[in-house]
Amino acid sequence: MCRIGAIKSSMPVSPSVALNLMLPQQEGHDNSGFAMIMQDLEGVFSHYKDKPLLSLACTPQGVQLVNDFMEKKGFVQVAQWVPDVDRQPGLKVEAMPRYVFRNYDYPEIYRYRMQQDRDDLLLDTRLALRALLAKNNDGFVYSFWPDTLTLKEIGDPADIATYFRLWNDDERLTAKNIVVQCRQNTNYDIVRYAAHPFFIQGYTVCANGENTFFTRNKELQSALHRGYVGFESDSQTLLYTLHYVLHELEWPVKYFKHVITPLPFTEAEQRADGKVLALIRESLAHLEINGPNAIIALLPDGNMMTCCDSKKLRPVVVGRHKHMVAIASEVCGLNAILPDRDVAEDIYPHEREMVIIGNDLAVQRWNQ
Amino acid sequence: MESVKTQDVSVNDLCWKIDYRPDLCTRCGSCVAACTFAAIEPSRVRRHIQSHKTLNSAQEYAVPLVIKQKTSISHACVGCGMCEKSCPTGAIRPVRNMDQRFALLAREHGPIKRGGRSNLTMPRTLDAIVVGRISQMTDPALDSERHTFDMRSPLGRVMPAGDLPLRVEGTSLVLAGQTPRVTWIYPVIFSDMSIGALSTRAWEAIALATAYLNEKCGIPVRMCSGEGGMPGKLLESAQLKYMILQIASGHFGWNRIIRAMPRMKADPAGVLIKIGQGAKPGDGGLLPAAKVAPHIQAIRGVPRTTLHSPPNHQGLYSIEESVQKMHLSLNAAFGFRVPVAIKCAASATSVSVYNNLLRDPYRICGGFFIDGIQGGTGAANEVSLEHTGHPIVSKLRDCYQAAVAQGLQGQIPLWAGGGVGLSGNAAADAFKMICLGANGIIIGKILIQLLGCVGNEHGRCNACNTGKCPTGICTQDPRLVKRMDVDRGAQSIVDYMLAFDAELRKLMAPVGNSSMPVGRSDALVTTDRAVADKLGIQYAC
Repeated sequence: MCRIGAIKSSMPVSPSVALNLMLPQQEGHDNSGFAMIMQDLEGVFSHYKDKPLLSLACTPQGVQLVNDFMEKKGFVQVAQWVPDVDRQPGLKVEAMPRYVFRNYDYPEIYRYRMQQDRDDLLLDTRLALRALLAKNNDGFVYSFWPDTLTLKEIGDPADIATYFRLWNDDERLTAKNIVVQCRQNTNYDIVRYAAHPFFIQGYTVCANGENTFFTRNKELQSALHRGYVGFESDSQTLLYTLHYVLHELEWPVKYFKHVITPLPFTEAEQRADGKVLALIRESLAHLEINGPNAIIALLPDGNMMTCCDSKKLRPVVVGRHKHMVAIASEVCGLNAILPDRDVAEDIYPHEREMVIIGNDLAVQRWNQ
Repeated sequence: MESVKTQDVSVNDLCWKIDYRPDLCTRCGSCVAACTFAAIEPSRVRRHIQSHKTLNSAQEYAVPLVIKQKTSISHACVGCGMCEKSCPTGAIRPVRNMDQRFALLAREHGPIKRGGRSNLTMPRTLDAIVVGRISQMTDPALDSERHTFDMRSPLGRVMPAGDLPLRVEGTSLVLAGQTPRVTWIYPVIFSDMSIGALSTRAWEAIALATAYLNEKCGIPVRMCSGEGGMPGKLLESAQLKYMILQIASGHFGWNRIIRAMPRMKADPAGVLIKIGQGAKPGDGGLLPAAKVAPHIQAIRGVPRTTLHSPPNHQGLYSIEESVQKMHLSLNAAFGFRVPVAIKCAASATSVSVYNNLLRDPYRICGGFFIDGIQGGTGAANEVSLEHTGHPIVSKLRDCYQAAVAQGLQGQIPLWAGGGVGLSGNAAADAFKMICLGANGIIIGKILIQLLGCVGNEHGRCNACNTGKCPTGICTQDPRLVKRMDVDRGAQSIVDYMLAFDAELRKLMAPVGNSSMPVGRSDALVTTDRAVADKLGIQYAC
């Protein structure tokens, strides 16, 4: 089972905190990778928060391809952070030759365009880069979005952290929001794209479990939006459903829960909003999940959300103190990074519940 | 030697031979009375009797009464077994005759007509498929008896989410417009067998089972009336909500339906426009005069004559026109409160029809029912039954995948039938069909088999067209109709459906699903490579 986690903090935190959240949860051979998405960045990226940040791992040829492509499209590089990797022998990490974290300025013609046009440009650019790098297996592009960094690698999570010097806490790489997972998808092929968290246009999702309606989700999503691609993991569909409900349909966040885990018919019929719920269920029946899943999402506005499947077949727990809220599959992770919290305040979201953590760390609980 | 007349019909020319044991027979006459086809008759034969009393007794002769099979095509035994069923001593039974020449002799008065399903049994695709994704390690199995299952499927036109008239108010969505009527019903519809094709008692038993399942068992199945209307009292009762009214090319019964509209207490569950039928595509309904009893004449508003619905609806010129005229007028007839669906025989063109309907700008087609070659019928030319039609499984899948290719899956619910439950295991068939893309399934023949019909796909009985149905199910002869007990018949259907429900859960639970796994083709595997390739499911060996 995947373990997933997330941190939302009023003070920027370094990835080591996320690692400390995750490593106690590790069991057996459940250690095939490490992946995280950081949002609301500080450190080396603090001056470029409005500049789209490209996160990719590739070959030297891949770097050249990306350089040429971005130049041709009119993107201007304004900053770059190259991780100073630790190549000590014995580390279990399948490192890629190059890691690129670059801030770009928008092409000139986009300077005065609407935000939506810019958002579409960033998505289309990521998709184009993905296709470009995939052609000759030259690398992986994870995100291209302002104030958002993605790092994914295959190997032992602790060794990956050592390789990228994430234990150093040198303040160069910090963020107020981190979503993290310490496992690759060990059921299927181990591919970097299959590692959670997944990202599209400001939406981040990390999920554990098995999406038994993956085929149905995928078949509908493939036709819904050009950005719904890949499907290397059955959890990716949860990202796309979140994006579709919030970004495309522009529905309030609670309807994500209604879409993925609709109420039983007999209950929905009794409710005052029964008609609306019925319409949603009818129209988006193919986006329902019907298996075990716990979900953590980070939204473009910085709000963090967690919920689980309709039978609570996968665990998730939220713990907090004054300056930080953390979400984890297992409470041992919270104990590691929030030992002094009031455990009586811990929230174990039930099958009908959605927990939303605002930027002021206020926790809202909403029942379906 | 010339006493043998080659052209004479003999018992050995018939499909069934009567195996009669005079030594067991008590001459009670039950078998002759039970045989509705007059295939047997009492007869006297001259017999030599061997006496065991004395060694040197003279030869003795007797002329005992025996039961004799008629050697006539028009009175051929159909193997229904009513003689065996009624015989108190087990002295008589029909035996299948491998050497029969019936097909060569029975066309003396034109094409052979009969009811039932195709007898040219082809291998069932559904039997080559099993539910192969039961992992437990990855997908936790549910408990079929403890978890809540949402056994519901849509009937009605489903709107794409982006077109729903919803407005955000605060953190909620509110309805800001009209949407097509969609009802969520049990994923089984009792298929369209008319009063006329069925006896009133048989039809009543199915209607009774439908109401009982809805009101006492919480299983919201719907029943389709078949062409020919229904009793006025039912039209004006609250139970109309469980009934789907059918309109077929003869429009039989609609005069009465329209006149009953002002007095209807409830809307019907739907309207089904029948274009074609899987068992005999291209043929309209056929009700032989023998079955057009006075009450059928009353319901349909016709004289006693063979009722042959035309092959096509008169107004049907194209798919677009059918949508514009038939769908629209039937939607309008019930104030757009009742889903209007269409039923076609599966065909090489089904995907084109479905595509066309999916693009209907009025969004008034509320369901696409496709009926396969292994479906049943009350009366048809045998040549149609055996040699026309299209297998349902791949056609259902083709339609579903055509919708998937356009991202339109689910917008016009797919209901499929034609051989579902042919092997007796309707729940397994239904589950597989649903995984391949059906929203629900339609069953017909199996219902009358539950009522007691003895017809099968190996040439047994299938005399639904004759008006002489020995089980009282497909006849209007009042004496025969009394053979069927309405309550026991309804109970058989209810019992079967309760088992069906439990079995469907029993298949959903291990794959970890509590709502209908429509299109979950990953749950299926097949040991047939061709089936795997055609349906896009995993091949296993």
